[in-house]
Amino acid sequence: MGFLDVEDLKIHFPIKGGILNRTVGHIKAVDGVSFSVEQGKTYGLVGESGSGKTTTGRAIIGLNDITSGRILFEGTDITSKKSKTKDVKKDIQMIFQDPYSSLNPRKRVLDVIAEPLRNFEKLSKQEEKKRVQELLELVGLSPESILKYPHEFSGGQRQRIGVARAIALKPKLIIADEPVSALDVSVQAQVLNFMQDIQKELNLTYLFISHDLGIVKHMCDEIAIMYKGRYVEQGTKEDIFNRPQHIYTKRLIAAIPDINPRNRAEQFKFRKEVQREYEHSYDDYFDKEGLAYGLHPVSETHLVALPGKG
Amino acid sequence: MGNELLEIKNLTTSFRIGDGYYAAVDDVTLTINKNEVLGIVGESGSGKSALAFSIMGLHNRVKIEGNIMLNGQDLVKMSNSKLNKLRGDDLAMIFQDPLTALNPLMEIGDQIAETLLLHKPDMSQKQRRTRVIELLNMVGIPKPEYVYGQFPHELSGGMRQRVVIAIAIANKPELLIADEPTTALDVTIQAQILDLIRELKEDIHAGIILITHDLGVVAEMADRVAVMYAGQIVEIADVYSLFENPLHPYTKSLLNSVPAEGQDKLHVIQGIVPSLKNLPRTGCRFAARIPWINESAHEENPVLHEVSPGHFVRCTCHEHFYIPEESKEEQSDGVS
Repeated sequence: MGFLDVEDLKIHFPIKGGILNRTVGHIKAVDGVSFSVEQGKTYGLVGESGSGKTTTGRAIIGLNDITSGRILFEGTDITSKKSKTKDVKKDIQMIFQDPYSSLNPRKRVLDVIAEPLRNFEKLSKQEEKKRVQELLELVGLSPESILKYPHEFSGGQRQRIGVARAIALKPKLIIADEPVSALDVSVQAQVLNFMQDIQKELNLTYLFISHDLGIVKHMCDEIAIMYKGRYVEQGTKEDIFNRPQHIYTKRLIAAIPDINPRNRAEQFKFRKEVQREYEHSYDDYFDKEGLAYGLHPVSETHLVALPGKG
Repeated sequence: MGNELLEIKNLTTSFRIGDGYYAAVDDVTLTINKNEVLGIVGESGSGKSALAFSIMGLHNRVKIEGNIMLNGQDLVKMSNSKLNKLRGDDLAMIFQDPLTALNPLMEIGDQIAETLLLHKPDMSQKQRRTRVIELLNMVGIPKPEYVYGQFPHELSGGMRQRVVIAIAIANKPELLIADEPTTALDVTIQAQILDLIRELKEDIHAGIILITHDLGVVAEMADRVAVMYAGQIVEIADVYSLFENPLHPYTKSLLNSVPAEGQDKLHVIQGIVPSLKNLPRTGCRFAARIPWINESAHEENPVLHEVSPGHFVRCTCHEHFYIPEESKEEQSDGVS
């Protein structure tokens, strides 16, 4: 039994059309994704916009209805409506991308952070206040700020309020959907460091959704690359960055700008080569509909989407 | 030299907040040479976009002092009608968000043709169409004849940005300002757009000002780099010196806060970028973010010092700057 197991997850959105507004087709946002995450680890989900990474994350926390497949959290199926117990909801929390729109501007910090507590725990006003102050201290904000409103904080501080809200119920799994992409580099560093610190402290597991490979490399133990709703490659950080097998992964890695200006010409050439390979061997890696093939293991930890053997 | 394309002298751009003017760009002096990519780096609120908008004359209700000289003409003193003749012709800009930069109700081809119509009125309609197709080809849009009649919403983000670039280069500008041209795009598309700008640079021989917060993009694209903090240039150097021998504490801190190979903990710059109204106007503006550096290390009125040919750095605090071993003090930056 794993900590989090996702089995053949499919999420299809209907396309409505015609006079009677009937369903005329489906968008396969997530199309047969399976993975498992170990407790205490950070699992990175990487892809470009529209690849289905956010939809996968939202499905796990129950914000998207799934079409088929199963999600097992500590052995319990959390996808069937009946078993959606409150306990599971408490154990899975989310950090949202935009710290400017994910906090209610008309609520004080106290109410923002206490909301999950009020939903699940019956605390007296005093206890609640104390808990919120503890949480604020944990995320490095002064406990006096409980009576302030979100607009009085900077982007990094707001994102930490979002983190405080996410860890209020001592969850086991946190789904972080692009937690730093709306932030400046220096603030980014602050939030990432902090996420690593509390991970150790609270033994948290992260599902880290991002399009930034540099940050994913810094944060994650295991990484999966998504393309058009399917996995193209999955493996440890070393597998993905040192031994990428799929042309799409190679292309993503080649696209990361190099911070050393001396490598510029080389990088430019390398990218051109990868692009040529991508165009040349596209048909070897994707089927007729432009989708990735099923995953095949190339080593114990490393899976790549390649056309079926034989 | 005679190689200068644009000379900015003591430019100060002030915005009106309440009943006072506050300088978002403060006494910036800068030259851009022909055929050169000048990268401007800084975080939000550093004044990099305000600088670009000042050059283009796109600000409303601001006070601009100083000179911006393009081919012997001062853009600051120029009337709007004269500026309109330059904008889109000698001066062009690529905006951050390609969706809002394009007119949603106008065909792609017509939007590009509009710039030609305004600046080259003697072109016939047929010539214009040929030129638009040629431009669409140049920026790597497949099936240009078909795309000519499409609307912006029918194109992907990367394709839209290519259209914006096509509009910008339509009249072979001498100076091209790219304000975060790839921030709204996916990484693989970003790589394509950057490669495109690089290739176009060879073709149109323009000077390019590339504004970005992404240090990787600067490292790949720029010939020279200016680092801005709180409205001032704090360091300016050729790209190799800047990345291999960064001097100003802000530059060093920025470079250390990006994830790199074998780095366990990221460096965190303490405190926050001060808002325009609360900007310290005297002394070293970065001093508050590096409180472990002795006050005596800073200059009273920091100026840019030329430490090696072409490498300028503001204030003397860089001589005493070090990054503390344990940047645990981050915990103390909470609001009071």
